[in-house]
Amino acid sequence: MTDDELIWRIAGGSGDGIDSTSQNFAKAMMRSGLNVFTHRHYPSRIRGGHTYVEIRAKDDPVKSRGDGYNFLLALGDSFARNPQEEAYYGNEEIKPLSENLDELREGGVIVYDAGLLDTDEIENFDERVEENDWHVYDLDLRGLAKEHGREVMRNTAGVGATAALLDIDLAPIESLMEDAMSGDVLEANLQILHEAYESVRDDYEHTHDLRAPKAEEGTDGEQVLVSGSHGIAYGALDEGCRFISGYPMTPWTDVFTIMTQHLPEFGGISEQVEDEIAAASLAIGASHAGAKAMSGSSGGGFALMSEPLGLAEMTETPIVLVEAMRAGPSTGMPTKPEQGDLEHVLYTSQGDSNRVVFAPGDPAEAYEQTRKAFELAYDYQIPAIVLYDQKLSGGHQTVSEAVFDEEPNPDLGSVVSEQDLEEAAQEAGRFKRFMYDDEEGSGFGGVSRRSLPGQKGGNYLASGNEHNEVGHISEDPDNRVIQMNRRMAKLDAIHEELSENADHQPVYGPEDAEYGVLSFGSTKGVVEEAVDILNEDGHSVKAMNVSDIMPFANDEVTAFLESVDEALVVEMNATAQFRRHIQGQLGRFGDKLYSLLKYDGNPFEPSEVAAGFRARIGDEADLSQYNVRIESATGD
Amino acid sequence: MSAFNAIGEDREIDRDEFTPEIEPQATWCPGCGDFGVLKSLKQAMPEVGRNPEEALLVTGIGCSGKLSSYFRSYGFHSIHGRSLPVARAAKMANPDLEVIAAGGDGDGYGIGGNHFMHTARENHDMTYIVFDNEIFGLTKGQTSPTSPKGHKSKTQPHGSAKQPIRPLSLALTSGASFVARTAAVNPNQAKEILVEAMEHDGFAHVDFLTQCPTWNKDAKQYVPYIDVQDSDDYDFDITNRGEAAEMMQEAEDALYEGEVLTGRFYKDSDRPSYQAEKQATGDMPEEPLAERYFDDDYEWERSYDLLDRHK
Repeated sequence: MTDDELIWRIAGGSGDGIDSTSQNFAKAMMRSGLNVFTHRHYPSRIRGGHTYVEIRAKDDPVKSRGDGYNFLLALGDSFARNPQEEAYYGNEEIKPLSENLDELREGGVIVYDAGLLDTDEIENFDERVEENDWHVYDLDLRGLAKEHGREVMRNTAGVGATAALLDIDLAPIESLMEDAMSGDVLEANLQILHEAYESVRDDYEHTHDLRAPKAEEGTDGEQVLVSGSHGIAYGALDEGCRFISGYPMTPWTDVFTIMTQHLPEFGGISEQVEDEIAAASLAIGASHAGAKAMSGSSGGGFALMSEPLGLAEMTETPIVLVEAMRAGPSTGMPTKPEQGDLEHVLYTSQGDSNRVVFAPGDPAEAYEQTRKAFELAYDYQIPAIVLYDQKLSGGHQTVSEAVFDEEPNPDLGSVVSEQDLEEAAQEAGRFKRFMYDDEEGSGFGGVSRRSLPGQKGGNYLASGNEHNEVGHISEDPDNRVIQMNRRMAKLDAIHEELSENADHQPVYGPEDAEYGVLSFGSTKGVVEEAVDILNEDGHSVKAMNVSDIMPFANDEVTAFLESVDEALVVEMNATAQFRRHIQGQLGRFGDKLYSLLKYDGNPFEPSEVAAGFRARIGDEADLSQYNVRIESATGD
Repeated sequence: MSAFNAIGEDREIDRDEFTPEIEPQATWCPGCGDFGVLKSLKQAMPEVGRNPEEALLVTGIGCSGKLSSYFRSYGFHSIHGRSLPVARAAKMANPDLEVIAAGGDGDGYGIGGNHFMHTARENHDMTYIVFDNEIFGLTKGQTSPTSPKGHKSKTQPHGSAKQPIRPLSLALTSGASFVARTAAVNPNQAKEILVEAMEHDGFAHVDFLTQCPTWNKDAKQYVPYIDVQDSDDYDFDITNRGEAAEMMQEAEDALYEGEVLTGRFYKDSDRPSYQAEKQATGDMPEEPLAERYFDDDYEWERSYDLLDRHK
């Protein structure tokens, strides 16, 4: 096998340190000059339960987890509930080895901890090894770790073995270990690393061809390994967001945690509160008083934010909310990705919804679009939502550090000055917070500038009831229509502003392609890799990953769809929410659109998207091996 | 100098300043206790030396929620039960503001009960006025969390089988550092208690008995009332938790037996406010956060400086 990429999967029990070990391995790959993408699969449990992390490393840029993988390091689940017996969940101890075989590529390498795992317990193991030309190395990782340190250090032994088998330089791994540990723990780990490395190098016959890829192309400037959650948090910090309120919920907790880690040193405030109703209400209160504020949650918690979200729309209080989707309905599958909350985020709360929604496709977009969300929220006094999912939240990716080399923007947007208030008092007798027609205006559509509590001459009532131009509650029909129209006009103005940036909805692939693939959010990279595969196969395909969900990128998507014969809409949910959103926004193209849907808890792989495309175009690809479904659009 | 030029103005403040320029026609019924809250709040503000534009009054929904319509200050008429989370965050963003939250008994002890408990626990430096009329007024007379057991209404036609909430005890148990009860029929005491509540450096809960002449006709008009501080029948130390708890139980029971016991029930002046606690752990800036956005010289931190950990 002459692979130009390594997809290294480390599997064990939840709580076995898989995450930290894989982070260091990913960084070591990055430091050797490769591009890296990580994928994390874990159960909703503290200890035990099969978990794995995949590190994909390649000389070329990587945009997804890839198809399958080619190196398995199986540690065994040391926290297994029922190690040696048949139970409802089966023998859990062996799962890090047995459950991972299906996706291992032909010619792949297996290293397993012979100190804990016995391959006799896996049905047809030897036959499968032979059939797939796998190369198996059994090592007593646990024994090795115990000998020089503690059992928990078997991860390090596994990394040492990996390095020996793949011809990876130990230096970057060592230096990362030195960053993370010290004293006896570091000494023991270094010893175990070398011991395992030398033992595998010298005592085992190497039958495999796989080697770690070499960095030749060079990367786009210095790289950093970040997740989508980092992109969001860093975007918020650079917009001067210094207040976050939240309640823990997977996977949104990552953003909350990162913000909480940095806000004290940045002179900000993080508040963990009693529930998500409070979380959103606090963000509103802080913003009302003059801070740049955010909150967020995942589906269930976001449901609790519905009413405060409407309050922010009605009182025209700027807030940014983030929503990290996971598989629903209800508690669903807490640690598995899905894109099933699109309609929830667009329409939840009573009355006509009036909000901005972005769906970034990767960590760099998460950074940029979170910044834009803050800018729009504070300029236009409107809630802005960043919609993402478990995959983007936790998946790490190498990104050029230049992406973050931007100036901060702490501007509060459309706020009056003391002088404005003095003039208002002289000219109109008093400040009017919700002016019918703000001619001088803030320059932002229908937006009337706001005052902040503590400003002289600026007092007003912000009310969730319909209100007149000074803020008093009013049910006057004419006033109602004026105020509704004024508020709803913001989305048109924002749409116009977004359209000024010509590259905000880029097309991927050949411009004159016959077929299209549409997606939103975190499926971006997978779709782009599928487009590459398909074009190499002689198909003519291009893709657009839409991030301007509301206001919708009407012109760009219309132009895209007009230019192709058919388009496949790829999304991770069962009811084709995004396809129906496209049809609802554009009112046409029903005859051109097909959906490729997946909702089994695992993100798409490029080959699945490619197979879905082939099945639709008609060269009879068989989809039965995938958990995906094709559906044609209905109506116009 | 503050970017908020109404804060800390050195001038005489008149109670009339708290009446809106264009005064909306009040939606409260004649004889409603809510007028008493409005009046006593207008009287209390000049005494604490706060002008209308350095005060933020956050209200909930219901007749009580209209308080912010008839009181001139910065106002935020929020949603049912959520005045406290909005108010406490505003206080954190700009601690120089005088922040008052207000709502009814359904708002504070029912739908917003969780926020009441937690805001009290955190001891934010703010005042919370609960209009307690033992009824849902604006929705036309349904049983509320403080309605007495056996209270009949359209939603409880055979009489409520529930014991009413004990608002004072709940506040104390949750962690409020100032707990008082007053009544609309006793405007002088009400004003004094509101002054003390606002001057208290912590979460001050005022259970404000407001008679509802329309929907709770059979309820007491909260007369005669007894001020427990003025009466020789009651002798307890409001700084002693145990004694306060006992007195609260007695007052809560007495209300449903026709005896209206009002006054200060608990005060802990030693407990630091939430802001002080949070500043002590380094989790809240010393200078008001809202001021920073007006400081042209401030060097804003950048995420770019955090990237070493990602290399």
